[in-house]
Amino acid sequence: MDWTIWVEWLIKSLFVVFALLTGFAYLTLYERRALAKIQVRIGPNRAGWQGLLQPVADAVKLIFKEELTPAKADKLVFFWAPIITMVPSIVIAAVIPFGPTTTLFGRTIVFSVANINVGVLFLMAVASIAVYGIVLAGWSSNNKYAMLGGLRSSAQMISYELSLGLGFVTAILLGNSMNLHDIVDAQRNVWFAVVQPVGALIFMIVTLAEVNRAPFDMPEAEQELTAGYHSEYSGMKFALFFMAEYQKMIAISMIAATLFFGGYREFWFLKDTFLSVDAIWNIGPWQFQAWFLGPIYMLLKVVVLLFFMIWIRATWPRIRYDRLMSFGWKVLLPLSLAVVFISAVGVLVAQQFDNNWYLAIIPIFSSVAGLVAVGFVDQALRRKSYASH
Amino acid sequence: MSQLQEVSVDQYRHLVSERALTGETMLLNMGPQHPSTHGVLRLLLELDGETVISCIPDIGFLHTGVEKNMEAKTYQKAEVMTDRLDYMNTMGNNLAYVMAVEKLVDLDVPVRAQALRVILSELQRIASHLVWLGTSGLDLAAMSMFLYCFREREQILDIFELVSGQRMMTTYFRPGGVWRDVPVEFEKAVRDFIKIFPRRIDEYETLLTKNPLFLDRMLGIGKLEAATALSHSVTGPMLRASGVNWDLRKARPYMGYEQYDFNVPVHTEGDTYARYLVRVQELRESLKIVEQALNKLPLGPVRSDNRKFVPPPRSEIGTSMEALIHHFKLWTEGFPAPKASIYSAVESPRGELGVFLEGDGGPKPYRVHMRTPSFDNLSPISKMVKGHLVADLVAILASTDIVLGDIDR
Repeated sequence: MDWTIWVEWLIKSLFVVFALLTGFAYLTLYERRALAKIQVRIGPNRAGWQGLLQPVADAVKLIFKEELTPAKADKLVFFWAPIITMVPSIVIAAVIPFGPTTTLFGRTIVFSVANINVGVLFLMAVASIAVYGIVLAGWSSNNKYAMLGGLRSSAQMISYELSLGLGFVTAILLGNSMNLHDIVDAQRNVWFAVVQPVGALIFMIVTLAEVNRAPFDMPEAEQELTAGYHSEYSGMKFALFFMAEYQKMIAISMIAATLFFGGYREFWFLKDTFLSVDAIWNIGPWQFQAWFLGPIYMLLKVVVLLFFMIWIRATWPRIRYDRLMSFGWKVLLPLSLAVVFISAVGVLVAQQFDNNWYLAIIPIFSSVAGLVAVGFVDQALRRKSYASH
Repeated sequence: MSQLQEVSVDQYRHLVSERALTGETMLLNMGPQHPSTHGVLRLLLELDGETVISCIPDIGFLHTGVEKNMEAKTYQKAEVMTDRLDYMNTMGNNLAYVMAVEKLVDLDVPVRAQALRVILSELQRIASHLVWLGTSGLDLAAMSMFLYCFREREQILDIFELVSGQRMMTTYFRPGGVWRDVPVEFEKAVRDFIKIFPRRIDEYETLLTKNPLFLDRMLGIGKLEAATALSHSVTGPMLRASGVNWDLRKARPYMGYEQYDFNVPVHTEGDTYARYLVRVQELRESLKIVEQALNKLPLGPVRSDNRKFVPPPRSEIGTSMEALIHHFKLWTEGFPAPKASIYSAVESPRGELGVFLEGDGGPKPYRVHMRTPSFDNLSPISKMVKGHLVADLVAILASTDIVLGDIDR
């Protein structure tokens, strides 16, 4: 094996890990500042210019804090639980493409740590591991609140993993591949979020549940369970849970961007201009492909998707735990099944008649399915509501 | 005098079911340190999964002995203790206390002072409801509500600071009137608030009233039937949300409330959503009262000129020997109250706030007792939460709008 492949691999992994770690640190700041703006506050702006050193200050504080392990906790599991939560949140980013395939220094470079042909399966597999960390943390703390948090998170995962999987299936159907690079390339002309808006919406709702973000932040509902599964954690172990949550937010936004919002590809209105990732730039004697725009577009999309997560957290009340499950099983799952079915039919019809305009039946019929689901939820609420108002 | 007696755990076994003893259900201590118990309230919960089987409230962690302390102070000086009872309703507490003192010594209050008292107590009601709305939003994790509500509350607290020099512990109402007349900026400050606040209420309602997630959390949760409410002597918005139209401002008007045109919002469902609606509508009604009272705020003195009970103004002390004597007597010895006992009540944001005063002929009360609404409103909690989830318990507790300082006196 060529030794340069190891160098390439090392550089790419370092890039991804570094991006996630700094991304996590600055996501906390981003969230705090954005929440503060929404809530008519100022937010942290003291450490460094505009609070840019705040993550450093937080990290230093958490590293030097005393770590407590409850006397009656299961020491081994208690130690491993944060690690089990943390590692998948980084590993999951391995298959996400962040740039187009290009030629650099005379060799073909694929901009993802691992370009595997079942990338989507890898995502699903790794995404489900993190819940073990949460359940084990809740159980090993020997704390009733933590226990309830762990239980809630397992119930939540079971209810939402299926719809998440079906969301992946939608993208696979439309992209005609399980390789994430191929899926991104298939969105060259039109984003899958346009072809399958309902599927994208379901996927985004489910990802909120997957990363335990409001309004699905059941496992750590601070108002009910004080802090849920990480009640007993302190210092760096607590920080690991925190890191895991925020890195998962980033990773899942990257996945959503890849599957439904064109990934590293340019926005549709920049297609065939010099700002496209396929464009060839001629500057003086040099001629090169504008591959470096890929990570920038990716970053933009991730930032926007993250803002939606923060926005929802700032505005919406938390859904109740039994409601969450009934919403997952009774609304999201049938709807995802319908969406997958409609997508499959649409793709089949388009192939049969060899005309991509037939794909238009996907957004139309899935919007109808979505509206029917919304109607059912509305009916259910109305039935609970009083006649008087 | 009751005898202190030792109690054993066995005496209280009946409070939890048999299944708790076998470990089939879980006993969970919620509080006294818990973000959603609104102070230091301890709830002993018996849970089957997350379903509440029984809930035993345990109070007393914030006991300050205010009532007993007041017996050691003269009638004027005891008033500062009332601020500390229900710290969300300081003006209202003062009002209840000074009305009781005025009734005991038969002191009348000038009309301007009455109108000022109405304006400030209604502003206080708005401030208290805002804290309730903010914290109950926070309990459902609608966390921005908290900061929006506190933004408006801040404006009210600024008005309080303007009139009394204090933001929370105001002690602005005094027996026989108010401390001193309001400054000229007062009217503009209140008018500004009246101008912006209706829009702000609309904002809150946009965020919550029709929000499907909010409805899902509130509708049909924590039902309280009118009969149960009455048997627990529940008062205030909680009672009115159960369909009983009882508001002391209408039923037994005081401080000239009969002159103002306002409605008492009543809902019949008795669940947390009805309580939410009642309080949000009360925000608008209170604002109406403030506006009317401000429009016809009469001119004139703000404290009674009965020198035996009300200290003379500073300006008189330098020129009048009697004024100096009255000032000295009132602030060293206090005024004597007749040997009698009275009860007087006001409608606080939480319900009927009553003060029982017993005078023994001296300058200090023989006995003070407060009938505080939070205490009675908390009492049906065990019935309300039975069969609901832990998350609902939090919503129900928020909808009772208790203040632990009010419960534990």
